[in-house]
Amino acid sequence: MLFQLHEPGETPAPHESERGHAVGIDLGTTNSVVAVSRDSEAEVLRDADGKGLIPSVVYYGDDGSITVGQDARRMLLEQPDHVVSSIKRLMGRGVQDLKTLAGTLPFKLDVAADGGMVRLSVAGRTLTPVEVSADILRTLRARAEQAQGKAVDRAVITVPAYFDDGARTATKDAARLAGLEVLRLVNEPTAAALAYGLDNSSEGLYAVFDLGGGTFDVSILRMEKGVFQVKATGGDASLGGDDIDHAIAEHFLAERAAKHGKVTITEGEAKQALAAARVAKECLSSRQDGEWVIEVDGTPSRHALTRAQLEAMAAPWVDRTTAICHAVIEDAGIDVSQIQGVVLVGGSTRMPLVRRKVTEIFGREPLSDINPDEVVAVGAALQAEALTAGSDTLLLDVTPLSLGIETMGNIVEKVIPRNTPIPVAMAQEFTTYQDGQTAMSIHVVQGEREMVDQNRSLARFVLRGIPNMAAGAARIRVTFTVDADGLLTVTASEATTGVEQQVAVKPSYGLTDDEMATMLRDSLVHAKDDMTNRLFAETVVEARRSVLAVQAALKVDSDLLSDGERKDIDGAIERVDQMIASNDRDAVTAAMESLEAATKVFAERRMDRGIRTALAGMAVEKLDDALGGD
Amino acid sequence: MNVSAVATVVPCWSCKGPVASRALFCSVCGAVQGPGAIDHYTRLGMAPTFDVDLDELQRQYFGFQKRLHPDRFAAKSSKEKALSQSQATTLNEAYETLKDPLKRAAYLLNLLGHPVDLTACGTINDRELLMEQMEKREALSDATTPEQVAKLAMENESEVIACQCHISAAFNAGKLEEAGHLSIRLKYLVKLADEARSKKSRVARLS
Repeated sequence: MLFQLHEPGETPAPHESERGHAVGIDLGTTNSVVAVSRDSEAEVLRDADGKGLIPSVVYYGDDGSITVGQDARRMLLEQPDHVVSSIKRLMGRGVQDLKTLAGTLPFKLDVAADGGMVRLSVAGRTLTPVEVSADILRTLRARAEQAQGKAVDRAVITVPAYFDDGARTATKDAARLAGLEVLRLVNEPTAAALAYGLDNSSEGLYAVFDLGGGTFDVSILRMEKGVFQVKATGGDASLGGDDIDHAIAEHFLAERAAKHGKVTITEGEAKQALAAARVAKECLSSRQDGEWVIEVDGTPSRHALTRAQLEAMAAPWVDRTTAICHAVIEDAGIDVSQIQGVVLVGGSTRMPLVRRKVTEIFGREPLSDINPDEVVAVGAALQAEALTAGSDTLLLDVTPLSLGIETMGNIVEKVIPRNTPIPVAMAQEFTTYQDGQTAMSIHVVQGEREMVDQNRSLARFVLRGIPNMAAGAARIRVTFTVDADGLLTVTASEATTGVEQQVAVKPSYGLTDDEMATMLRDSLVHAKDDMTNRLFAETVVEARRSVLAVQAALKVDSDLLSDGERKDIDGAIERVDQMIASNDRDAVTAAMESLEAATKVFAERRMDRGIRTALAGMAVEKLDDALGGD
Repeated sequence: MNVSAVATVVPCWSCKGPVASRALFCSVCGAVQGPGAIDHYTRLGMAPTFDVDLDELQRQYFGFQKRLHPDRFAAKSSKEKALSQSQATTLNEAYETLKDPLKRAAYLLNLLGHPVDLTACGTINDRELLMEQMEKREALSDATTPEQVAKLAMENESEVIACQCHISAAFNAGKLEEAGHLSIRLKYLVKLADEARSKKSRVARLS
């Protein structure tokens, strides 16, 4: 019998050679990038023209076709109402969060839908931001599969550090729709630091300033011997280049209205004006002035703009980053002079105004030897390799926003403060305020403000079955758990009686389980196969683990078995192996159950012997040798 | 019968054989185990004292996280993922408690059977401490120039350090009652130091 024992975490996943490498994906507001890493060398996957950036723009054709990327962006001029862009800003958002241009939304909403997640009406279809994001992810997945010549079904996806729980969940749902298992959601600045730190083997305190199309993040990290420890993070999930585009487009439209009279623009004209504004902004990073054309009511109008004018328009947005940076430096408990380098991430950091501002805030020139558009995907790819092939590097991240629950008088009681290292579990006790109260409504919120309505509502649920007690007598313990992806689960229990409720938190702006199931059915041709495969793969991982465990036990304790008992166990192991080859999940589960039954007596005898030796005080050292830090 | 010996050996959830209840991994099958009910010092392999070497603490923390963090178990079964998450969670809790002098003092007092309640805010029984804190607070709010604020901030920092030294001495002399009182004093000093620091950066930006 041949088997090998690996150090925990080092065991390669089964059939690694048949599977494509897990990829790293930067799912951006404006552009997306996919990269793959082998032997710690990450490579951005490019198209035939050498372009690594795929515009996060989707065109929905009348014939049901879906186009993503540069071709979709071109369709913006011909059929703007069939094109969706900047969808990331709507992830996990409600209708009230949307931003209009000259009173017109650059999206057409499905009015039938009320409450919950935003729904767009595009080319006769109703689409959620999750589905549009899934369409972008499918294109990235296809590029990765083409590059590797193998199926790719696992990815590390980056999200803005400041993304709240709803937006994170929405991103994970989108990946699931696209047939990708998310190995880990990694915060964008952290991914950038990973890419940067591994390249430069830097040590010390670094700041990552990430101003993208739709989101702003700033993180302070300590890099040390392969450990990337986030000290503090802050940002604004709705602050980015898009806001500057809006300001320019508003300016162009106001100029036009002054000359040609005011008209209500269409959703398509709003999209085109935004596109022209974006081009103007990008040009003015390298030029001092220029002229751009927008079209309303079939009449084109020309608009001149200088860099100085652009900077005056952009200043209010860029200034907002200053206060956020100062707050984060304070949260990290450091002095700005201790920061050894500032890494720039995101396309908006190409603007000279932004670079000047960063220099002013941190008192030093930012580092710019890395491509700000690709660094996040590179970091994600490195992490994807670390998670699947093993690694010595370690990312230790934090919660970006405080998590709490609503108490009397609409006041938020914080349960987990911001910048707490994750994973984390914290509990807080609450009590009833009426005699005989048997249920308690729990409202989970995320944010820094004291009043409930100034924070983001994450979820509501009701804890039932509280025993009849006087007001204030019940002790309800609410536990918040945040995993390494930054995702929250909430459980509640009543301490005096032990009534417990594990509550699946349903995000206020997310998809319900039913919606998710329907989408999986509708949008994936092989959805059923995909689900079945995934469940089977999980069962196989579990089955292999239990076989390895029994084999390891046989190696040390087989003297406890008679020949006949040993034969039974070997037979049960063989059956598990056969069933794994059969591709039948139920058969694997049944074989695992028989293996467990066949090893029951063996396990009992091993425990007996273990306790006997422990009593004799002999084997304690041997049992303890798995302890120790380094 | 030696009950404690029995309690130190538990069945491994994976191979079902005996494993030390404090072990991180099963020595037979290598499976990660759940976090045992051990104190924060033991968890991070540190001596249970107030005088913690912060560099060593961080080294120990990183060392354990490198082996137990969920990132090491991404390709493993869901049970192993869940156990590593619990391990990493308890490591974070232990590290966050021990690296902070105030939390460490409160934790150690509790461990030594002399709990002190630091959450009870706004109730200073100690009249002297109350007067002192009121004066300092007033001085800080009256300060307007960066130099004044910086001076107060620095004074406060050194008081924080002095207070920590006194706590350390109290622990070492076995005077837990005194260590408790000093911890409450430290709580107010730290709070004031935080305020002074943020006022310092606020004033510095304005000028």
